[in-house]
Amino acid sequence: MSEMTRSKAARERAERARGKPAPLGDDVDLAAYSQAAEEHNYEEDPSRLQPQAKERMLETGVMLDDPSQRSGTFLQIDHSVVHSKAGQEGVEVMSSVEALEEYPWLGDYWWRAVAVDADKFTAQAELYQNHGYFIRALPGVKAIQPVQACLYLTQHGLAQNVHNLIIAEEGSELHIITGCATAPMEREGLHIGISEFYVKRGAKLTFTMIHNWVPQMAVRPRSGIIVEEGGMFLSNYICLNPVRTLQMYPTVQCVGENAVARFNSVLVAPSGTNMDVGARVILGARGARAEIVSRVITTGGTIIARGHLVGQVAEVRGHLECRGLMLSPEGKIHAIPELEGLVDGVDLSHEAAVGKIAEEEVEYLMARGLSRAEAIAAIVRGFLSVDIEGLPHQLEAQIQRAIEISEEEMF
Amino acid sequence: MLQVEGLKVKVGGKEIIHDISLNVDIGETLVLFGPNASGKTTLLMAIMGLPRYEITKGMIIFKGQDITHLPVDERARMGIGILFQRPPVVRGVKTRDVVKACLGGREDGYVIDQLAQRLNMVDLLDREVNYGFSGGEVKRSELLQLMAQSPEFVLLDEPDSGVDLVNISLVGEMINELLQKDRMRTRTSSGLLITHTGHILDYVNADRACVLLNGRIWCRGNPREILDSIKAHGYEGCEVCQR
Repeated sequence: MSEMTRSKAARERAERARGKPAPLGDDVDLAAYSQAAEEHNYEEDPSRLQPQAKERMLETGVMLDDPSQRSGTFLQIDHSVVHSKAGQEGVEVMSSVEALEEYPWLGDYWWRAVAVDADKFTAQAELYQNHGYFIRALPGVKAIQPVQACLYLTQHGLAQNVHNLIIAEEGSELHIITGCATAPMEREGLHIGISEFYVKRGAKLTFTMIHNWVPQMAVRPRSGIIVEEGGMFLSNYICLNPVRTLQMYPTVQCVGENAVARFNSVLVAPSGTNMDVGARVILGARGARAEIVSRVITTGGTIIARGHLVGQVAEVRGHLECRGLMLSPEGKIHAIPELEGLVDGVDLSHEAAVGKIAEEEVEYLMARGLSRAEAIAAIVRGFLSVDIEGLPHQLEAQIQRAIEISEEEMF
Repeated sequence: MLQVEGLKVKVGGKEIIHDISLNVDIGETLVLFGPNASGKTTLLMAIMGLPRYEITKGMIIFKGQDITHLPVDERARMGIGILFQRPPVVRGVKTRDVVKACLGGREDGYVIDQLAQRLNMVDLLDREVNYGFSGGEVKRSELLQLMAQSPEFVLLDEPDSGVDLVNISLVGEMINELLQKDRMRTRTSSGLLITHTGHILDYVNADRACVLLNGRIWCRGNPREILDSIKAHGYEGCEVCQR
């Protein structure tokens, strides 16, 4: 199929799915958001961005003052790419629109890990796409520092529809830190983010995403990940601030033998926040392994924490773990772990626990001289600190920083 | 240092401690014997101030101050420390962080590592508190925290239970240090020690002893004599004894 035919077909499928509701999450009225954004100028030196925007981005791990700390940077504000640069040989960073023009073969990857007609959000991303990033590590290249990408929203009432494509070629290693944030004064907006990841044979991709929204945002990421033989996909997702509605259910397909997928999510839902967040891994090749771990806290909002492991072939292993903490008499945590074994010889397990902080633990720490507030803070901090194997020190520090910032607001 | 006067304690609405009075002087170690469910742990928890242990009558005086209704953390900061018999697992919280907190601002990585080395706890410092710890490890972790806290008054709830022979001499050594047993005239630390079996008394010297039966102090005396009597006749012997 030629590229033109392919894109025409995708468009037609998107047209047909325009009004197709998503199976999960609250409905979002797409017509309520504008598709027209003001242009922002390209900035060769991203450290010259407004201090307020830089500060907000820094909270999501995107640092613009010291390029030596990153192997590449991509910045998009509203619909404009304001900076895009790779900082290491063998690492590519550019707008996905530009990448499709430069590499026509990328059409083979476009809408392969996520269906264009999955719902009205994927359809909108196809019909009204405003860039998104393309990040790729060439075969055998090991990115020394993380590559960072920030999708930033400043315009009130705007829909930002991005489509990201990430490829870790054979034997490569890539760490991506991506921050999605809203300028603090904005009250309303919609972020649709399609992300397709391809982890080739023996490659390792770490994807750390920190969201920093405002209370009136609607957010609909749609992610698909394909992991080949011996490849490893490691995802860390942190969302600690209010967001009106967030629904996502990234799906990994382990298609190669011994492919590995791990998800760690840390979510805090303040009052007025609705989160429906999960991860699904389809273990489709011998020796594939998956782990989905989530730590969720409600301080008044609602969290649905999903997890779904599918064992399609024998000799695969997966574990799901969800722990939820209720820090407020209001709020709700609904853990929905699903295990699906389709053949004999799969090894799937889950554990889930939802409750309030055990008084016995608080008293125990108080007996060591901690005040009640200090004891609760220590337990919550410990609860949120997921031990993430194989995480570069820098990313770990970033996650810790995000948690500390949110803690100040929690207590 | 510590005076308990006419104390009554309820747990879950039921009175467990009935009118107990005792005192522990500066530098003194009082040992509390008693069968299971005699109220020993309840008495210790009430002295520590854990809220589930409701004091319905009586007073607790510590260093001349009425602490009967003070919260647990204030009592800890005043200088009371406790070795729990069955401390909870605190998921996510590292032992090192609790030890740091016990040092109360005197945060010193060197001190923590030195203490951990002495207690054979180095490998457990960065593990979650009590998570997957063996009986001996739990006791060593409790002692590590107490050593860092360095309390003037130590409540020890069965430090010898679930500890093997290898660990018990280390546990004894650390308790002696906490209670400043190497000093005679200048000793300022005091303790209240619960033991069911009396094993710990092979390592730690106590000054006086009480036997607790059904929430009441049944007798008082010399620790060694009382222990010998318990060994010879069991706690049933105490019940028929009219001392």
